[in-house]
Amino acid sequence: MDVTERAVLEVYRYLPDQESEPRLQNYEITYRDDWVVLDALNHIKAEIDPTLSFRWSCRMGVCGSCGMMVNGEPKLTCETFVRDYTTETITIEPLAHFPVVRDLVINMEDFMEKLPTVSPWLIPDEDKPLEEGEYLQTPAQVAQYQQFSMCINCMLCYSACPVYGLDSAFTGPAALALAERYNLDSRDNGSKERANVVTAHEGIWECTYVGECTEVCPKGVDPAGAIQMLKLSSARDWAMSPLSLVMPRGGRS
Amino acid sequence: MTPEINRPLPRSWWLRKPAYFKFMIREMTSVAVLAYSLLIIWALWAAADAQSFSTFYDFLRSPLSIGLHAVVFGLAFYHTITWIALTPKVMVEWRGDERVDPDLIAWNIWLVFVLVTVIVLVLVLA
Repeated sequence: MDVTERAVLEVYRYLPDQESEPRLQNYEITYRDDWVVLDALNHIKAEIDPTLSFRWSCRMGVCGSCGMMVNGEPKLTCETFVRDYTTETITIEPLAHFPVVRDLVINMEDFMEKLPTVSPWLIPDEDKPLEEGEYLQTPAQVAQYQQFSMCINCMLCYSACPVYGLDSAFTGPAALALAERYNLDSRDNGSKERANVVTAHEGIWECTYVGECTEVCPKGVDPAGAIQMLKLSSARDWAMSPLSLVMPRGGRS
Repeated sequence: MTPEINRPLPRSWWLRKPAYFKFMIREMTSVAVLAYSLLIIWALWAAADAQSFSTFYDFLRSPLSIGLHAVVFGLAFYHTITWIALTPKVMVEWRGDERVDPDLIAWNIWLVFVLVTVIVLVLVLA
């Protein structure tokens, strides 16, 4: 398909070595029908303005690098078609709620620090020696957590979450969904270990269920659902513990 | 290191997206529920003697009260909609290897909701 159309991309620019304030810069392009926003950005970088910076890698919705705000919505630009936007200009900005390093590049350090705090790996009762083979699971056991294991750490959910936008101490949707992913895994017995982070004030109880994390997730993970499930299991654990008779919630030993 | 740009959310963040606005409305429904519980406390207090009950009764019949009831009903009903939409996210049921369709759970709750509403209506109007 060689049909070409005209579009104007309004791109967030921040060049800290030259300018102290960010600005929006317009690029007029002609695009092919099969172009995604990332193709348009690569075209701009190759043909119009080589100073434009942005992250990308796989071009196929797997690596989670190319998340940006497209007309104010967090999107993976590699699977967002230019032809789907009928607005006069298409605004491209760096992912919301994260500090901007340069142009469309954000600082993801906060997320990278939070992710390991929920121990997103199997914590079995005891490690089996290698010669005993794999930890086996039935399809039903896999089905319990599979949806939550599809996360690609693209951070679109953090950009959609106003709770994280208002208070960056919040552990956030992706990290909490991964905690639930391992809690639901039959090979894992680490939910108690994760509870310190998950049920902390900055954990699940900071979530007010806006639900937009689930709406924007490109992998159908449903972090909002995972967090509500964690709230239920945490409340149940508390109600079943003898402490619940004498101490209010938060009275963890 | 070069300085980074922080973009704090403006106070009007909830006006930016319809989904955020709907979230705020849902949170505000708690105020309506509080207002209605105050009304019921007033009813209990008024039941003590005939004079205060007739004051309460007159208030119930006033246009102000009917307007408030309409608003509270609208907000409480919206709260119900959001509640029933949330429930299947938490109520994860399995039939063998397959998860029971969340919509099926939600529609069943709606069915119970309608049934209970009809029974209450019949009891009240009878």
